[in-house]
Amino acid sequence: MTRYILRRLLIALPVVLGVLLVTFMIQAVIPTDAVTAMYEGQVTEDEAEEAIAAIRERFGLDQPWYVQFGRYVTHVMQGDFGESVRLRRPVAEEIGYRFVNTLQLTGAALLIGILIGVPMGILSAARKDTWLDVGAMTVGLLGISMPAFFFGLLLILVFAVWLQWIPVVPRGGAALLLPALTLGLIEAAPLSRIARSAMIEILRRDHIRAARSRGMSELSVIMRHALPGTLLAVMTVIGLQFGNLLGGAFIIEVIFGWRGIGELGVKAIQWRDFALTQAIILISAGAHIGANLVVDVLYAWVDPRVDYET
Amino acid sequence: MSLPDGATPPPDTFQAEEPVVARRRGGFRWALGRLLRNPSARIGGGVVILILLCAAFAPWIAPHDPMAVDTLNRLQPPSAANWLGTDEVGRDIVSRLIYGTRYFLLICLTAASISAGVGIVLGLIAGAGAPWVDAIIMRFIDMLLAFPYILLVLAIVAILGPSLWTAMAAVGVAGIPGYARLIRSVALTVKREEYVEAARALGASETQIIVGTVLPNTISPLIVYLSYATPIAALSAAALSFLGLGAQPPAPEWGAMLVNSRSFLFTAWWAVAAPGLVIFIAIFAMNLLGNGLRDVLDPHDA
Repeated sequence: MTRYILRRLLIALPVVLGVLLVTFMIQAVIPTDAVTAMYEGQVTEDEAEEAIAAIRERFGLDQPWYVQFGRYVTHVMQGDFGESVRLRRPVAEEIGYRFVNTLQLTGAALLIGILIGVPMGILSAARKDTWLDVGAMTVGLLGISMPAFFFGLLLILVFAVWLQWIPVVPRGGAALLLPALTLGLIEAAPLSRIARSAMIEILRRDHIRAARSRGMSELSVIMRHALPGTLLAVMTVIGLQFGNLLGGAFIIEVIFGWRGIGELGVKAIQWRDFALTQAIILISAGAHIGANLVVDVLYAWVDPRVDYET
Repeated sequence: MSLPDGATPPPDTFQAEEPVVARRRGGFRWALGRLLRNPSARIGGGVVILILLCAAFAPWIAPHDPMAVDTLNRLQPPSAANWLGTDEVGRDIVSRLIYGTRYFLLICLTAASISAGVGIVLGLIAGAGAPWVDAIIMRFIDMLLAFPYILLVLAIVAILGPSLWTAMAAVGVAGIPGYARLIRSVALTVKREEYVEAARALGASETQIIVGTVLPNTISPLIVYLSYATPIAALSAAALSFLGLGAQPPAPEWGAMLVNSRSFLFTAWWAVAAPGLVIFIAIFAMNLLGNGLRDVLDPHDA
């Protein structure tokens, strides 16, 4: 098992390097921008020219790109993400608590997505080609067509403005409710599709036919013989879905003013605050890769058919 | 792929139970006929055609100038003069939505061309070329796939700087991996077919094989994938506009319209709901059409 984990980590290494290369490009493509952004509107043009030259030298922006990239990777590995030009403080300080907030949001959304999507998919697979199945499929199609930003605003309008079940500016746990619901309901659509197709595929297998021919009730066929396989299939995509949720969080957090990395990330791109943008995108991609790694390992552990010794 | 030899289909094609002539499965006309009988493709296709018409004839259809500011009549509820009301500076929302179809189509076409164009070329080179070329291209694709889709889009916007064009480019580039992998897998399968071997034995060059046998085989899966990937691209571009990283106000782009009126959600909800609903309907229609295309073209379901 340890060897399997190590091997997975080794495979992930070039991918992580690629991610670093992309985030590095955020700063490297337009290096003068990084410098001008720091001094915008604060000095005269002549002074700016001079300052830019000095800064370029100080940050090593006049060196070849691979030297810069090497330095960037070294800094990242030491946990040094640079300083935010806009916030005027180290990026690492700002990102820490925001990342926890984002994990709360995505975790809650994932839970909602699973709790709604998986039963919906299983139910429509068990009642394949009935009105229930068609209805669930239509809801799923509506779900993948719904813009997350509009859905969030719609939920605010309905629950906070019209029904007034939730205050417009909620506090504490209530603040998590609407954003997590928005993200989770949108997430339920792809999850129900995956659960449905996995369940349909499993219900065609021989062991299901055998169970049915033994006179087992349909309910226990589904619950005892088809459900474990379906959940396993759903599990394989949870890692990927987590990445989608992280991406979705960038939009949802802006709508609900949730102080996570997504909300800050969008601001950072607008501010052209490169160090901050780099760190946020790097952390999110890293979390995505990490989640998939964990899912891979868990899967190998749960499913005895995966040969993890080779 | 056999195309009809100039004859137009008779008007009663759709009522006919089974034509006397044994029909070949496949071919353009066969696919179109099945598509027209598919309810979800008909609804989705109808809305898509409506969008195309709106974009083409926007100046004639729109009741008002989409950019005409009228601050005295700002945030008016729907009325006879302004069917869906007015926005935060008094512009007619219906007219802006109609002009918005142009942005919508521009975004769909640009993003799909970039993703499909680059994806097809990379996929063909990887699938039909030397193993080391394949390895390099696939590592590049893996690198892009390490990011969740929206995050990759945001990373590219961060590199290029926010604007409508970079938003379209970003959405386009983020779509490349999907197309490249699809075309590569088709190319790998086709390469092993016997007729390719036969063509090679007859002295066909590598290029001739790729263009002559591999490329035509990609058309069906390509259409299915296009129908699945384009709504996602359009949705992401609208999201970028909403985040202020794509089309900039005062452009009558749907996502940008939404962000402007967002602060008036409590007082003038129609100004938010109208563009949001239109995006939703447009994407839903594209997905419906895509479902229909999948039913017709996907060999697994046929």
